[in-house]
This record gives sequence, C-alpha cells and structure tokens, in this order.
Amino acid sequence: MESYANRKYLIIVLVVLISLIYSIRLLSLQVLDLSYKLSADNNATRYVAQYPARGRIYDRRNRLLVYNEAAYDLLVIPNQMNAFDTTELCSIIDFTKEELLVQIQKARKYSYYKPSVIVKQLSAKVYAVLQEKIYKYQGFFVQTRTLRKYPLKTASHILGYLGEVDENIIKNSKYYKIGDYIGINGIEKSYEEELRGVRGVKIYLVDVHNRIKGSYKDGKYDKQAIAGNNLVLSIDEKLQEYGEKLMQNKIGSIVVIEPETGEILALISSPTYNPELLVGRVKSINYSKLVNDSLKPLFNRALMAQYPPGSTFKIVNGLIGLKEKIIKPSSRFRCSFGYRVGNFYQACHHDTAFNLISAIQNSCNAYFSMAFRNILDDKKMKNISESLENWRRDVISLGLGNKLNCDLPNEVNGFIPSAKFYDRRYGRGRWKSLMLVAMGIGQGELLTTPIQMANLAAIIANRGFYYTPHIVKKIEGKDLIDQRFLVKRYTLFDSSQYKVIIEGMDKAVNGGYGSTAVYAALPNIRICGKTGTAENPHGEDHSIFMAFAPKDNPKIAIAVYVENGGYGATWAAPITSLMIEKYLCDTISRKYYENRILEANLLDRGRKEKHN
Amino acid sequence: MVGRKNIINNIDWITIILYVIMVFFGWVNIYAAVYNEEHQSILDFSQRYGKQLIWISASVVLIILIFLIDSKFYSFFSYPIYGVFLILLVAVLIFGKQIHGAKSWIELGPVKLQPSEFTKFATNMALAQFLSAYNISIKKFKNLVIALVIIFVPAFLILLQNDTGSALVYSVFVLVLYREGLSANLLFIALLVAILFVSSLLVNKLYIIVALITLAIIVYYFVTLRKKLFFKTIIILLVSIVIVIGLNYVLKLQLQNYYLLIIALIVAGALFSIYAYRYKLKNSFIVFLILIGSIAFTFSVDYFYNNILVDHQRRRINILLGLETDPLGIGYNVNQSKIAIGSGGFSGKGFLQGTQTKYNFVPEQSTDFIFCTVGEEWGFIGSFGVIVLFSLLLIRLILLAERQRSSYSRIYGYGVVGIIFFHFIINIGMTIGITPVIGIPLPFFSYGGSSLWSFTILLFIFLKLDASRFELLW
Repeated sequence: MESYANRKYLIIVLVVLISLIYSIRLLSLQVLDLSYKLSADNNATRYVAQYPARGRIYDRRNRLLVYNEAAYDLLVIPNQMNAFDTTELCSIIDFTKEELLVQIQKARKYSYYKPSVIVKQLSAKVYAVLQEKIYKYQGFFVQTRTLRKYPLKTASHILGYLGEVDENIIKNSKYYKIGDYIGINGIEKSYEEELRGVRGVKIYLVDVHNRIKGSYKDGKYDKQAIAGNNLVLSIDEKLQEYGEKLMQNKIGSIVVIEPETGEILALISSPTYNPELLVGRVKSINYSKLVNDSLKPLFNRALMAQYPPGSTFKIVNGLIGLKEKIIKPSSRFRCSFGYRVGNFYQACHHDTAFNLISAIQNSCNAYFSMAFRNILDDKKMKNISESLENWRRDVISLGLGNKLNCDLPNEVNGFIPSAKFYDRRYGRGRWKSLMLVAMGIGQGELLTTPIQMANLAAIIANRGFYYTPHIVKKIEGKDLIDQRFLVKRYTLFDSSQYKVIIEGMDKAVNGGYGSTAVYAALPNIRICGKTGTAENPHGEDHSIFMAFAPKDNPKIAIAVYVENGGYGATWAAPITSLMIEKYLCDTISRKYYENRILEANLLDRGRKEKHN
Repeated sequence: MVGRKNIINNIDWITIILYVIMVFFGWVNIYAAVYNEEHQSILDFSQRYGKQLIWISASVVLIILIFLIDSKFYSFFSYPIYGVFLILLVAVLIFGKQIHGAKSWIELGPVKLQPSEFTKFATNMALAQFLSAYNISIKKFKNLVIALVIIFVPAFLILLQNDTGSALVYSVFVLVLYREGLSANLLFIALLVAILFVSSLLVNKLYIIVALITLAIIVYYFVTLRKKLFFKTIIILLVSIVIVIGLNYVLKLQLQNYYLLIIALIVAGALFSIYAYRYKLKNSFIVFLILIGSIAFTFSVDYFYNNILVDHQRRRINILLGLETDPLGIGYNVNQSKIAIGSGGFSGKGFLQGTQTKYNFVPEQSTDFIFCTVGEEWGFIGSFGVIVLFSLLLIRLILLAERQRSSYSRIYGYGVVGIIFFHFIINIGMTIGITPVIGIPLPFFSYGGSSLWSFTILLFIFLKLDASRFELLW
C-alpha cells in the first residue's frame, strides 16, 4: 500500500500558515490600528447631560419673580416596547390614540434603539399618575427637565422667555446642543450665560440596546452641573404690577428710573401677556396667537417703539438755547395764537409774551419754534449745517438718538436727523431753518423711545448726568454688575441751565390753573414734569408725559406713553402722578383718580381714523 | 489489569495539558462575558458560567468513562454508533425544538442536547472504520463514493435542520481523504469549485475573470515547454482584447466589460487551439480548458442561484456567506466584533473590564463570539496565545495521528484534527472579519454543554486510541 505520510507536512504547513495569517491580522487589529479603540469608547458609553437649575430672579425687595419647577418628558425606546393599554396611557397624558401612534411611529422612524420624546413637559401631577403605572409600559421612561414658573405673573417683557435652540445657534456655539433651552428675549436672553449655569455630564456604560448598566469608572469623569446665578433686578415689583394695572386696556408704556443710580424701577409695555403662556407645551400655540394679535403684545414698546417726542422735547431745545446763549431765562418771545412766518403757521393757544420758564409751563409752540430757528440760524456758526450738527451733538449727549445700551435686548436707536440727512433730502445748501421748524416742538423727523425719555427725565433730575439705565441690580456670586452701568455720564450742559428748565417743569405741574400738567400735581410731593403730544398719522395723537420727583433730591424719573391718548395731560400725566405717588408714598390718596384710569379703555382708539 | 498502568503512562499528557488550559481559559472568558454585579458567585448555576462548570465536571466524568472503555469497542461499534446518531438526527427533524431558527435541539427534561454536535465524532468513527478496512483504496471510484456518502448523509440531515454552519463542518473530511491518498488534482478541482462558487456570489464577475485569466497565464507559463510560443499566445490574447474593446467603442455596442473580455478570450482561444493542436501542447490546452470551464461555471452559479434555487435556499446561502445575518445591516456584527477585539490593544483591558462584550454590543458573546472577550480583555497577548494553543494542539494531534500503528486510529486522528481546525479557522476568522459569519463554536472555549462534550468525546476517544496503540496490532 502506497504511503502518503509526507502529506502530513502540507497539513502542518496549512495549520501554521493560517495561524500566522490570523496572528498578523490580530496584530494589525489590536496593536497597529487605533481607530477601533475610539469606536469602542463611543460604543459603550453614553453621555447624559446634567441640566443645571437656571438662576432664579428676584425684584429689588427680594420678591421672587421667576423660579424653576420640575417638568417631565415621557420618552420611549421602541424596541423595548411591549403591547400595552394604549387607552390608559392616552388618558394619562391626554392624547388621542392616533396622536400617540403617530408619535410612536415617529420614534420608530428615528431609531429602534435610541430614546425619542413622546410628550414633553408633563406636569408634576400627570407625572405622579404616570409614575405609578409606568411599569406597565415597557420601553417608556421619564426624564426630568425644569420649567420656568412665575409666581406673580408680571414683568413679562422684562423677563423674556426661553425657547429651544435652533440649528443656527447650535452651529455657532460650542455650548448648545440639540434640545437645549436658551433665553430668547428679555433678561433671559441678555443674562443667558449667568442664568443658565454650566451643564454637567454623567457618563454611563450602556449595552447595545442603550440600557444603562452603571456609571463609567465610578463617576470619575462625570462633571457636576453648576447651577445658574440668581439675579436681583432693580425693579420694584409692586410698582411694576401697579403700572401694568394702570395701563390695562391701553396701548403704551411706562419707564421708571431711579435717577441717582440709573436703575430701572419699572418697565411696562402694554398690552402685556401672562408670562406662563410661553412656557411648556402650550407655548407654541400661545406664541402664534400672541404674534398674530393686532395689538402686538410681544412688542416691547418701552424699548422698541419710536415716537416723535412732541412737546417734551421743548425742554431739550430750551437747554440748548440757554447753552448757546440764544435765549436768556428772562428773554421773551411773543405768542399770538401761534407762530407765523410768511405762509407758515404753527398754531398755539396763547396771546402773550413768554419767558423760558412760562413757555415751558404753558408749552408754547411759538416760543420754541422761534427759539429753535434762532439756534439754527445762529450767527456764530458758519452755516445752518454747522449749527444743526452742533445742536445734534447736544441732543445726543442727552442719551437720545442712539441706543442707551441698557441690559435688555432689542433696544432701538430713535432718530435725531443730521445735516447729511437734510442734504440728502433737499440737496446740499437747499434747506433752511423754517423747513425744520417742527423739530422745535418735538415733531417732524425726530424719534425717541420711552426709555430714552425716562432717561432724559433722570438727567434733568440729576441736573446734568446719568447712569446707563439697567435692570439687574445684583448677580448672585458676583460683586459687581457690568462696568458700563457704574460710569457717570455727563451731558454737555451746565447745572445752571437745568435749574431754569426745572423751574419750568415745576410750574407746568404746580403752576396752578392754566399750567399744562396740573393733573399730575400731588399735594405733598413736588413733581416736575412736561407733557407731550406726539402726532400720529394713523390715529389719535399719543399722550406723553415725562417727570421726576421730588423736585429736590429726586428719587424717581419717569416717562409715560399712552398711544392714541390725545393730549399729554389727559392720560399720561395722571398715570405719571399715580406711579410717583405709589412709589414714594406706597398708598394712593385719590381713589377716584385711580379709578378713572383703571376704567378707561383706549384700545379702540388706535383703530379709528384721526378726526381732524 | 496490566493495561491500566500502561494506559496512564501512555496517555499524551501534552494534549491533556493543552485541553485543560483551553477549557479553563474558556470558562474564565465565559465568566467575563456574562458577568454582572448581581451574580458574582462562580457557583451561581442560574448563570452561564455556573452551568459551564457543570458541563466541565460532566466532561471529566466522560473522559474517565472513555478511558475505562476498551479501545476495541470504538472501532468495533463505529457503524452502530454512526447509525444511532443518524436516527437521532432524523428524530430531531421530527421531534426537535427550534432555537434561533435551527431545529437541531432535543429536550431531555432540563437538558437540551444538539445531536448534530455529536454526529461529528460518530461520522469520524464510521469514516475511519470504512477507510481502515483491509484492501480499501480511496483511489477506487466506488470507495470514494461510499466515503463521501458516509460524510454527506449526516451533513445533509443537518442541512435539513436549518443549521447550515454545522453541516459545512463535514466538508473538512476532505482533509482526511487527502491524507489517505485522495488525488491532489481532484482536491484542487474541488477547492477551485468551492472558491469560485463563494466568490462569484460575493465578488464582481470582472475581478473573478481577470483573476482567473491571470492565474491561467501564470500556470501556462510553467507548464509550457516552448516559451516563444507562450509569448506569441499572450500577444494574440492582448491584440484580440484591444480589437474587441475598440469595436465595442466604435460600434457603440455598450457591452459590459466582462462580456468583452470573454469574447476576446474566445477569439484568442480559437487561434490558440490551432497552435495547441499543431504543436501538441497538451498541458497548455488543459489549462485553457480549465480556464474556460471555470468562467462558464462562474456564470452558471449565477443562473443556478437566481433561477434554480428557491427563496429559502437562497436565504440560507446568504446567511452562510454573511450577507443576511444581522438585523442592523450587513457587517454590523462583524464590525462590533472587530471593535471589541481591536479595542483590547496589546495587553487588553483586563479581566472583567471589557465593555464591548459585556454590554451586548457583540452578539452571542459567550458562544460563537467568545473570542471577542478574549481579544478585548486580554488583548493581543491573549488572542495570540489562543492561536498558539490551537496550533500547538493541532500539530501535536497530527504527530499523534502519524505515530498510530492502526490506520483506524490514524484516520480518526486526522478527523479530529480536521474538525478542530475547521472550527478554529471559521470561528476566529469570522470574529476578525476574514471568513463569513457562520455560527459554529470555538472548540473548548464557547459556552454550551453539547459543544464542550462533543469536542471532549472527539478528542479523548483519540487519546484513548493513542494510549492503547501498543495493545493492538491490526
């Protein structure tokens, strides 16, 4: 018989060869190629974000304005799901069966192994019911988030609201991840980084089905979440609430500033809305309702609405006239029911000659028209362009025409026209002071915002300086607020010039019968104020009032706008008076006065055509 | 009882030591693969490592029994044992329990057994018995057919159980036939057919044709005696390729590349045949015929696969080739397995520190993919160690087989080598992405009583035969 014993060598060679090939393959897989180690890390660990508690917000007297409440998201991992009682689950989370099935289908489409949200932000009450039954719904689990809560439901425009980050934010930021919340408006936005804290992370080991098996290396690499800083606002919640009440059924705004610090005491934009409307599951429905509301409740008029300042601007021209020595406190202009030059006629109500103080007291159009023309036609200046620019510089030093750069988002500039503006409009050298005369009484191209006018009141109260208005008084855990709120900003005017103006504003309120703002007067507090009526092409004029009080050592500066309210004296002045009394005395002595304001409904006026 | 002492002296302790190391290391890795903090006791029999301890203890009993039984018993009862297991396989088909789609389990009270595992050694015994019979030569066609029937009847029954992987193991008996004198040419053709079948389903036809032509040219170069003629025919081939491609381009026939290649080959082949006939180039002509045959076969595989096979048969082939195993997409399991092994690095993550296998990223981590745990927790050192263990065992077994005096023992020994070798190649190969994912266990390592016992019986019958090699001279 033939022997094939030699064939054993081939078989041995085969064994050795294959062992060698496998060893080389293992060497490359395990030692040379590092990419598998990275894959393994991603494979087996799950990074679970630890959301920090967002900072709480208090008012200046430590009344709680915003806090957090736990909310519960219901999630599902489709492949862990078993048959369950859909009707029961639907009744707990208030879904129809179809809605639930649609959500589950969506989750399946996304991933069988990864969790998807079925319903967001369930309340604690629903959660309590759900928690007892969740063992029946395999694959479902609950994740805790926090929601903003507003115990007093005021100051919505100041506080702002939160929203989920969008793709743009995620792309431009290293911090935010999909599903995160971010401040969209108000101080939630401007103090986002203080409030949000720092997200932590817990690393878990998970299996292939994403089931958590324990913490990774006993939490050695976990990062604790750092809670957000609490904020103390400068606003006085009582005053804020009172202001909102006074402004109910009216369109407009109130801005109250503490002159000696620049702290905003109240900031009201009306109509307002309940801040809780923009929290949680109801947010999207409510948001579109609010956006589509013709009264624009989401629009923060205090910072974003630009109106012609009207007669309140006369004090600015008065100041500039004094500074440029165009007028002396004693110099008089004659008013004979108006201001007449050639074909031009500016109506007025007086038949007498006014000095500056009584012109402010009576808000004489003729006086300030003449004064403004004289400022523009000043012989000291080369031409009208130079004098307009000079005037503009003075105006801008009063915080007008540019954003004040306060700590609320979305401020607007307002508008103080420059020489260039008129060059463009009329052609270089082809415009004269008479064409601009409406600005003498705060009309024409001029635009200012309520907060700028309140700041102007503060400047006058301070006799010549201001601190940039701001709404955050203290950030917990920090010694200082932003440096820019601590700089004393001087205007280009002298305190002596303010004194004259203040006399006029004092007389306007306390000058007795015939003065423009007697409705603002208070028996025991000396208020200085100035009315304004902003012409409005769309309807009745806007009623404006700016004031500060008391006259000596002022504690409060305020600007009130009531859209379509007519004369400044009619609505804005009494509201101002009530606000000042509320802040300084805490009680309202004139209930009938208060009632008249509270009962007034001016909402329809804006929709009517102007009646000439 | 003189023999008893002899037997202890004659036992091959090297193999036994290798066996003990493998079983112990296997158990350690099963413990790591299913380890969780709630069940830490190694004697927790609700866990797989606890159960495996029972299987191991039972194996010791089996080993003692095997050594107590007279060695003549095995050859004498080869056919009856083979018959019993064939009946069992049929019984499984009728009464069996289906697990993971394969109907290959018999339930005996609490114990589930997989007869197909045990049929391996039974078939090995029957084959050895047949081939060792006096005056049997594998060269005779009739004997070859009988041997193949012995091999393929159980394989076919297992195939019917839907356990394609286990059925495939039987192909390894070709190795035994080879050692016993099977024609190398026949083996070469069988191998070529197998490779062509698999690759024509997995690889682009064009590559196969190019590879075949290249291979044929190389072989042709070595078998032809007239090198001048060799270069002439190559030039003919190249020219016809260029012409065919040119025609396709000019006439805008838009034929696929591999058709072009085939047409060129036929044209060149016609010319070449004339040469071959005139100059009596018999060898070269055979090479050419094999080449044409292979290409034809490649295309017939396609036809066979798409038109003759029915859906579930196609599915089975797909599963076998790893085209359809994973619910998460092709390659998921292999990729996870490679990640697990690759992440082990040089020295591994350490015992019980593996994350990939422990957390179920790897499927079947205590059975078919146990090697992942080795690779992840013990690193290259561990996985290389396992490969060294297996090659030492296999070489040792080859040497043992060669020292047998009886051809029964030798043939049986080679059967053991073949079966273990096949499991080793496929199992480790699939975890490192070299072979298709065919679910068969790693001998001595994978969890499972049937698998451990069947390999133990397989191995120790051979050791018993080896230990008593001096007793018998027939």
